[in-house]
Amino acid sequence: MRKLAISAVSALALGAGAAMASEGGAVHDVNFSFEGPYGTYDQAQLRRGLQVFTEICSACHGMKFVPIRSLGDEGGPNLSSDEVRAYAENLSIFDPELDEDRPRKPTDMFPTVTGDGMGPDLSVMAKARAGFHGPYGTGISQFFNGIGGPEYIYSILTGYNGEEKEEAGTLYYGNPTFTAGNGWIAMPQMLTDEAVEFEDGSPNDAKSLAKDVAAFLMWAAEPKLNARKEAGYISVGMLIILSVLLYFTNKALWAPHKGKKAV
Amino acid sequence: MAGIPHDHYEPKPGAETWLHKRLPIVSLVYDTIMIPTPKNLNWWWIWGIVLAFTLVLQIVTGIILAMHYTPHVDLAFASVEHIMRDVNGGHMLRYLHANGASLFFVAVYIHIFRGLYYGSYKSPREITWIVGMLIYLVMMGTAFMGYVLPWGQMSFWGATVITGLFGAIPGIGEPIQTWLLGGPAVDNATLNRFFSLHYLLPFVLVALVAVHIWAFHTTGNNNPTGVEVRRASKAEAQKDTLPFWPYFVIKDLFALAIILAVFFAIVGFMPNYLGHPDNYVQADPLVTPVHIVPEWYFLPFYAILRAFTADVWVVMLTEFVTFGIVDAKFFGVVAMFGAIIVMALAPWLDTSATRSGRYRPKFKIWFWLFVVNFVVLTWVGAMPTEEPYATISLIGSTYWFAYFLVILPVLGIFETPLPEPATIEEDFNEHYGANAHPAE
Repeated sequence: MRKLAISAVSALALGAGAAMASEGGAVHDVNFSFEGPYGTYDQAQLRRGLQVFTEICSACHGMKFVPIRSLGDEGGPNLSSDEVRAYAENLSIFDPELDEDRPRKPTDMFPTVTGDGMGPDLSVMAKARAGFHGPYGTGISQFFNGIGGPEYIYSILTGYNGEEKEEAGTLYYGNPTFTAGNGWIAMPQMLTDEAVEFEDGSPNDAKSLAKDVAAFLMWAAEPKLNARKEAGYISVGMLIILSVLLYFTNKALWAPHKGKKAV
Repeated sequence: MAGIPHDHYEPKPGAETWLHKRLPIVSLVYDTIMIPTPKNLNWWWIWGIVLAFTLVLQIVTGIILAMHYTPHVDLAFASVEHIMRDVNGGHMLRYLHANGASLFFVAVYIHIFRGLYYGSYKSPREITWIVGMLIYLVMMGTAFMGYVLPWGQMSFWGATVITGLFGAIPGIGEPIQTWLLGGPAVDNATLNRFFSLHYLLPFVLVALVAVHIWAFHTTGNNNPTGVEVRRASKAEAQKDTLPFWPYFVIKDLFALAIILAVFFAIVGFMPNYLGHPDNYVQADPLVTPVHIVPEWYFLPFYAILRAFTADVWVVMLTEFVTFGIVDAKFFGVVAMFGAIIVMALAPWLDTSATRSGRYRPKFKIWFWLFVVNFVVLTWVGAMPTEEPYATISLIGSTYWFAYFLVILPVLGIFETPLPEPATIEEDFNEHYGANAHPAE
């Protein structure tokens, strides 16, 4: 048993060498409902985040890999089919067969947004960014706090220091979290206090809005998180039971050969 | 299979005999799984089963993923998102497959280190060792090409960097690189051939694994004492061994269940921990990531590749002697492949007559230093090429080569080994107390 433990620890040690290098910067730790083995998405928060995305982010960002129908999925914002249809109809799409624009259907994707001054696609942004991966590139922080994508989004959205500069005709805004641009980002500060009104009167200060939209984007990037974690603890539970059964089987099998009484 | 005397399959009259005369397949399976196995094998011997299981896991999940994946530069990234969102259970299949690669390498590294510690590579098991090294090389090639398929930023730039290594070969490098890529740069042709080879190579692995098993079933397993099974008679052999089924199958399955519990915890709760966030950004030939880092299992060799920079005296000397043909880049490539070649040559570099490290007091120190060095190289391979990491990787790389080229040959001459037990039975009984009497 002791040697088995050593085996397992060495396996972990080898895995922990998986250090990941990416943006460092001041990514704040945020407590999200979906963290940890049992964490799941908060449906109300996803709906608020969807509203923030729709009213603000979608002006310049697309989500081309996210089907609109998934807004109605369990474990997501879980909108009713009427709400999903209504949401889709507000967005138009060019239909090559009709040779003109038509309202989107739930089976269509969120719009693709490209062009001058438009931002990157946000479909998987929450998985394409990371938080603090140290200390010393060991990834230990991420082992306990998660990869940090939503935290990064939150930190960017709330990280503006109010400075501006113009360079080659483009206006840049000071944001120390955006280390990829040495602290300057082309996106202006969009989330301000009360930028969005929630029907149920949920807090709508800039930080709450940033947190809600970061959670929504995590869902957009990883829509099956709830299902995956459920599969995770069911399989781990079954394998632990199997291990216990095999432990006793093995012990009984070997007992006569080790000069012990059979169990 | 030959080697240790044991009972063979006896077909019963009727259907069994009829089949046996035409195709002795039952006999083959029986002799394979009933092989006499040293009964003192410890827990370090379970990783072979883990590897066999992982190979099957990767092939099964991979075949299903291939049903939904599109190997085209414009569609690959989107098809992976399609798998993650629309395919039933697709997100689990993909995370199992991606993390399965990590399980594969954790297992293969422990399996290799076990072989290095207990001298499993020594005569008469050199072929098993060499075939094992071939398996390891094919695994690395398969994993590398698999990582290119999602067509993220790290896929694209990893492929660019690694195929660029071949471009460093003097003279013929560039034509070789172009031939590998199917064009002047990583593009659709590259993605297509990598997909094709990523599907092919696992079946080459299956064949190599069969040869690996055939080889050690011929010589018999090594064991923690390194003392051979007595094989003068069946009765004698039975004192040292137990049949693989059920004794070792159950033992290995128990260990496998525990390892899989950890594996499923990673897949279920932190499936992206071992990946790289940049690979969720679609490949863009115009944007180079800040740090191009391979997957963790390549990091030790990546560290060796980068360790030999132009300001290291060995590199300068080589460049001078070869009139500049072997520059720092090519030197690094040679060092990286050389690191695996010297490991493959271990059976002929180790001069010690004592097989198992258990009875080699000085060897133990150097061996554990080698393991620590491996972990350090893994870590330093992920760090930027600046001080102190450059010096650390140079020291680590030097130790890697010194271990095989200097320490193993010299240690065998100067070291005084401890006495080995006379038989496996003696070792087993000592471990489980004098009252261990095989129930026969």
